[in-house]
Amino acid sequence: MKKAENKPNIPNTLLRLASKWEFQLVIIIILLMAVGSTMTPYFINLKNQIQNSKNLMEIAIMALPMALIIITTGSVDLSIANNLLMSAVVMAKLFEAGVPMGLAVSGGLLAGTLGGLLNGILVGVVKLPPLVATLGTFTLFKGIGYSLLREFTVKGFPDAFNFIGQGKLPGTIIPFQLAIFAVFAVIYFFLLHRTALGRFIYSIGQNENACRYSGVPVDNVKILIFTLSGFMAALAGMVLAARYGSVDADIGSGYELTVITAVVLGGVLTTGGTGTLTGVFLSLWLVSEVRLLMNLLNIQGEIQKIIFGLLLILAILLPRLVDQIRSRRRLKQMEKEILGA
Amino acid sequence: MESNSALRVKNKNSSSFLTAFSTWRELGIVAVTLLLMGAITLRSPYFLNAANFEDILVAISLTVIVACGQMLAIIIRGIDLSVSSIVGLVAMAVGLFIRDKFDFPMGWTLVMGIGFGILLGAINGLLITLGKLPPLIATLASMSIFRGMVVVFSGGEWVNTYRIAPSFLQLTRRLVLGIPALIWFAILIAVGITLMMKYTRLGRQIYALGSNPNAADVAGIPKNKVTFIVYLISGTLAGLAGILWASRYGSVTNETGIGFELQTVAACVVGGVSVLGGSGKVLNVVLGAWLLGIIGNALTISNINPFLRLTINGVLIISAVVFDTLIYRRLGKQ
Repeated sequence: MKKAENKPNIPNTLLRLASKWEFQLVIIIILLMAVGSTMTPYFINLKNQIQNSKNLMEIAIMALPMALIIITTGSVDLSIANNLLMSAVVMAKLFEAGVPMGLAVSGGLLAGTLGGLLNGILVGVVKLPPLVATLGTFTLFKGIGYSLLREFTVKGFPDAFNFIGQGKLPGTIIPFQLAIFAVFAVIYFFLLHRTALGRFIYSIGQNENACRYSGVPVDNVKILIFTLSGFMAALAGMVLAARYGSVDADIGSGYELTVITAVVLGGVLTTGGTGTLTGVFLSLWLVSEVRLLMNLLNIQGEIQKIIFGLLLILAILLPRLVDQIRSRRRLKQMEKEILGA
Repeated sequence: MESNSALRVKNKNSSSFLTAFSTWRELGIVAVTLLLMGAITLRSPYFLNAANFEDILVAISLTVIVACGQMLAIIIRGIDLSVSSIVGLVAMAVGLFIRDKFDFPMGWTLVMGIGFGILLGAINGLLITLGKLPPLIATLASMSIFRGMVVVFSGGEWVNTYRIAPSFLQLTRRLVLGIPALIWFAILIAVGITLMMKYTRLGRQIYALGSNPNAADVAGIPKNKVTFIVYLISGTLAGLAGILWASRYGSVTNETGIGFELQTVAACVVGGVSVLGGSGKVLNVVLGAWLLGIIGNALTISNINPFLRLTINGVLIISAVVFDTLIYRRLGKQ
């Protein structure tokens, strides 16, 4: 086979870079910012941007473990939104009963973590398909949350608590929950891209059986990531409760769709084994900008739902299209090499 | 999945264990449900009231209709989360349409609504076969899109009883042989799906595809065609249920149907449809719907915290699935 000539093949390199999901996301974000700023002057406004980022932090917090779950299992954790609800309700009920806030929050976090552990056991030990397991716990957590709280609302949390969701880092304009997210983002990034556990996660996603035979503690990894998912959902619940200053039975409703959309949009495909947290960070940013733009354009909540649904579909269809184009191009090139000079 | 009578070989392998297990499981559910009904009657005699019973049957009927479609999706190792939105969307579309048209022939309304359901089901089917989206993602996305479209159609309004043509309301209430029409719809669908699964080639293809997708593919079963048809049916049945819902309850809101998809999955799973795919009968769906219907009704009329219903449903789903999975794993499902 003739060796490829050493001509800098600009189109090919560019195409390779362009086919990197993260790069495409950056382009889309830039485009969106450009288009958005022509649509409304309030878009490229630092204050609005910072304010808007607050609203996405709960989603962002839950997206971190969701990425791990999708990479590992190719399936999702549907129960996070109701785990969030359950944890927030537990915390609220403890608070109502007069328990000191620190303990109440710990109780909430514990409840969520236990919920995640239940998922972990169902998936890791009983070996249920994650979809089914989390469908069951989705119902269970919602039921627990609803049964405990019913139609009431709990308000009046201490200021120190509300600070988590409404305050800023002293001396800056950075919202407190953004700082919380940043800390966890770093932790998860390190976990996924710099530790053996992270490599386990990727390899289980690529070929679970091979991993089992190679001594990778597959089941333990699964138990861990679902437990983490529960903990993060509970954390998100605390942040959400602090931001609203109250807890009612609708809290967190429907969040799982946005989280899954954000993660899949970030390049973590449901085939498992692929995707980076960088992509997820970028897509979270993209999602928050899309939301901001839609809010500024006064697009109704229900229509936003439609847009996010379409976004989710596009997020999976587009890479396939790009792949098809790439492979067709490669095929043509191979034909040329074989038949040509 | 019973042995053909022409093959008189006694299977001592997993096949007969599976059949025995299924039968025992079904009997078990029947027993539990009957016991539960007995216990409730003791606690609250209102339970056996004819009006109350009708309420239960209505809820069960709607669930059965949609859950039959859900069963097909689960058998081929997929799921259809969008049924709740299809129900809501078709209900709203039909409701808005006939709201002020008092003389529109009911037959055509039915056809329109079912047609809309077919369209929505086709969208799901295309996303999954052509678009190669995993059923979870596809139906999660379409669930949102369709639900959003409800508001687009309604502009935020409701559709209320006093503005709906009486003939439409009669669609589900008319007594045929003493039984409300709605229940007949459910019976028809149940029987129809049973016949389809048992006696048509499509039915066997569905079971084969779910039982072992790779083998089915290699054996020449048109995977995409079968998958598309399954989601088409699911959407159609959901559309039918949407019309019946609007007719029975007389009003449609933007929230109509929310949460219903879980009810259908729960009915399938609790009744014995395997979540690993490949098996399931309409009987399972009916049993599951029946049990869930009784529980839901019991909670309402005996003044226990009605929110407990979700918790109990969740526990039931988890228990049923864990139980089934442990048994099926023994049989070495692929």
